[in-house]
Amino acid sequence: MIVNEQVAVDHGLKKDEYAKICELLKRNPNITELGIFSAMWNEHCSYKSSRLHLKKLPTKGKKVIQGPGENAGVIDIEDNDAIVFKIESHNHPSFIEPYQGAATGVGGIMRDVFTMGARPIANLNSIHFGSPQHKKTKNLLRGVVHGIGGYGNCMGVPTIAGQTSFDSSYNGNILVNAMTLGLVKKDKIFYSKAAGLNKPVIYVGSKTGRDGIHGASMASASFDEKIEEKKPTVQVGDPFTEKLLLEACLELMAGDSIIAIQDMGAAGLTSSSIEMASKGKLGIEINLNKVPCRETKMTPYEIMLSESQERMLIVLENGKEEQAKKIFDKWNLDFAVIGKTTNSKKIELYFDEEKVADIPVNTLVENSPMYDRKWKKTKLPKKNKIKKEDIRHLKMIDVLKKILANPNICSKEWIWQQYDHTVMGDTIQKPGGDAGVVRVHGTDKAVAACVDSSAVYCWAHPLTGGKQVVCESFRNLISVGAKPIAITNCLNFGSPENEENMGEFVECVQGIGEASEYLKFPVVSGNVSFYNQTKEEGIKPTPAIGGVGLIKDYKNMITMKFKEVDNLVLVIGKTEGHIDQSLFARTILNEKNGPPPEVNLFNEKNNGETLLKLIDNNLIKSAHDVSLGGIITAVAKMCIKGKKGITIKKPKYLINEIEYFFAEDQSRYIIEINKKDFKKVADMLNKNAVHFDELGTITENELYINDKTKVTIDELSTSNKSWLNNYMSK
Amino acid sequence: MKSSVITFPGSNCDRDMDVALKKFGFKNKMVWHADAELPKSDLVVLPGGFSYGDYLRCGSMASKSKIMQSVINFANSGGMVMGICNGFQILVETGLVPGVLLRNKYLEFICKNVFVKINDKKNKYFKNVDNEVLEFHIAHNEGNYFCTNDQLKEIQDNNQIAINYCDENGKIEDQFNPNGSLKNIAGIFNKEKNVLGMMPHPERMIDKSLSGEDGSLFFKNLINNLK
Repeated sequence: MIVNEQVAVDHGLKKDEYAKICELLKRNPNITELGIFSAMWNEHCSYKSSRLHLKKLPTKGKKVIQGPGENAGVIDIEDNDAIVFKIESHNHPSFIEPYQGAATGVGGIMRDVFTMGARPIANLNSIHFGSPQHKKTKNLLRGVVHGIGGYGNCMGVPTIAGQTSFDSSYNGNILVNAMTLGLVKKDKIFYSKAAGLNKPVIYVGSKTGRDGIHGASMASASFDEKIEEKKPTVQVGDPFTEKLLLEACLELMAGDSIIAIQDMGAAGLTSSSIEMASKGKLGIEINLNKVPCRETKMTPYEIMLSESQERMLIVLENGKEEQAKKIFDKWNLDFAVIGKTTNSKKIELYFDEEKVADIPVNTLVENSPMYDRKWKKTKLPKKNKIKKEDIRHLKMIDVLKKILANPNICSKEWIWQQYDHTVMGDTIQKPGGDAGVVRVHGTDKAVAACVDSSAVYCWAHPLTGGKQVVCESFRNLISVGAKPIAITNCLNFGSPENEENMGEFVECVQGIGEASEYLKFPVVSGNVSFYNQTKEEGIKPTPAIGGVGLIKDYKNMITMKFKEVDNLVLVIGKTEGHIDQSLFARTILNEKNGPPPEVNLFNEKNNGETLLKLIDNNLIKSAHDVSLGGIITAVAKMCIKGKKGITIKKPKYLINEIEYFFAEDQSRYIIEINKKDFKKVADMLNKNAVHFDELGTITENELYINDKTKVTIDELSTSNKSWLNNYMSK
Repeated sequence: MKSSVITFPGSNCDRDMDVALKKFGFKNKMVWHADAELPKSDLVVLPGGFSYGDYLRCGSMASKSKIMQSVINFANSGGMVMGICNGFQILVETGLVPGVLLRNKYLEFICKNVFVKINDKKNKYFKNVDNEVLEFHIAHNEGNYFCTNDQLKEIQDNNQIAINYCDENGKIEDQFNPNGSLKNIAGIFNKEKNVLGMMPHPERMIDKSLSGEDGSLFFKNLINNLK
């Protein structure tokens, strides 16, 4: 095939990018080389629109062992233990083929983690669908949930937490973000940097097929009416093979024969070999005839661009081939020496004894395009004035029941019961709480993890929204008694070529950076997903933040369920009555404008750290952060979980009842304490200048505000639990 | 007491079972599916997971693996063999226990706590358990027990039903059946009651920080009964 500008454009490259390729090579590329460039230079692999801005994120800290740039981030959890974690998107494939798209998303992120030598110990996910009324939503939701479960359950890794939301901006472009945590010994972490000359390059895992060719390019384009034609670009997952690959890799890693290891994810053999060579400042020579293929007559182009799953590339020490092969034979996996490291600093590919590609590595990596895209700043919207007559007729309990049944608040049990969340025998906080918690096997330590996003806030004001998501992650970890350590981010946005979407990206990243810097909660890994749009319409900006924290003694973990009648309930943090962009404003008043709640980083840090001190002093019986739906929603959920009631006395504030109970001001928590500890708790809060309200007392089974405003917990529980079950069984 | 846990390719509860057995005093050995001989054991466990990916019928590939001939011989000579979840599916495929396990009635994987009523205590698995009802944990996609009418009559006549899904008070009704199993069957024995297959995972219920502690009751009792 003759390569020209048009062929390059068909590969998703821009005309000037093609000219740059010719200039760098000092000749025209052949088709295999063009395929390699298109795979490495697309948005998904090259981060060409985002790199400039991602550089500004804080990525260092005392506990950070490895920041962005590797397969996943690594943090120190003491005693020579480390946690490897990352979140990644699989949005486009999941919309085209929900089961396989979601399943391979989960498979891919687990591979990123065990590539580094860590055994996966927990999965999480953040999934976002169109309006429940949209005709595709139900099937997409079912397919995605089955896919996530199908892969994670078979792997035997518990899915311990997640987030699901519905918003019409996802009608034509759902989001599926998967996160994995793995446990590794600090001195047994594996990296992707090749080193040494003439070292054997090994291919292990599944055979290569024609599935997923151009997957990464597909993920870097917008959808249009031809979307169905893209089905063949979705990979097909085989969790069984991945389970074998996991065990075989960990067995090999127990020895000392691996120099570098890299999974074949997006852009398959292309990106894995190039990344290893690039990091090691080496060349790699591969004989493509040696690559195990599933189909006959595969061309070099197809072999290099296939995104078949469950494959790894390893650079081994010389002479260790036989020993390594034995392990892969035992697990019935392919093992092939396909090439060697060289000092050419080039990727050189041979097929049928002919050289089919010869590309300097730096042209693919360092010289890949980087754009400073135009972007538009979002002004802070003006506050709305809530009119008295709009809320006068509202009945508190009716509103609460409506909010508890809202698709974005309601119980997601239908989803997480389909995920094995207890396998491995260390899950001590299941899905449905503020964060999932797993013990570090055989120790007293536990790791907490959560995943959050607030697209509505980010859409209203990206800078504030970006900050808020990081803060929410911080709060969720503290609510279970964990000290927050670091985050991973999955940045889901529309087209970077659109100034508004690009502006949302830039300002969300800025907000994330500011909050994570202030809270000492650095970003250690992440992924950017642009072009989440159908035709001209982008999704609401949806950065998802995965947070990880440590509980030193798992017996001190906190849950959100109310524990004991007669205990006191307090609200930590000040309630100003911010209703704009709240669930209340959007769903009850149908008001979609206004600014999101303000984020005060000082309060966030101070309130959170003070709560951790209270927890350390064993003064907290239960805790829950206040987020969507405000104080009353948070309290109702604590009642439902604990099967207890509460008698509430609204503090004497200037703001009215509705504002007090439904406002979504930040930096707040609900806590339960024993009456006898009140003085100690109050003293500690006062000493640290943390505002608190006395909200009420725990009772048997009724949420009671006054004789006209009361409801049984059973009734609230029914409101909360029935929506999703009913929706999915219709 | 010596126990052996078989690891098939795709087993994923083998470690959890190892941890549980050791916690309650067993000297446990992990046995690879491709081995021919079982080590000397007082109890053999087929753990949960997705043996061979369960791409064919669940458990069918594993039932033909090399070690299984030794396991079958061991069972036929009266040895204690327990299959949990995928292990139950494998036992059914070998014919050591009657019936089949179909896909869950609602066609969905289900992971949650359930209550089971002990139907028969004249066996080494449940003898001396004080409780009538245990809180166990299930996590499966194919746990919908089914057998022919003749088989059902036979297992009822021989008292081969081990446990049934029920509520916390031991009431066995359709609404407490999580997967559509015939007669709410959660576990059954072979005729001689040395082989037990059950869907629930007692190994996930072995301390109070986990889903519950009734698994501890089960294992403590089991090792005492084997002494």
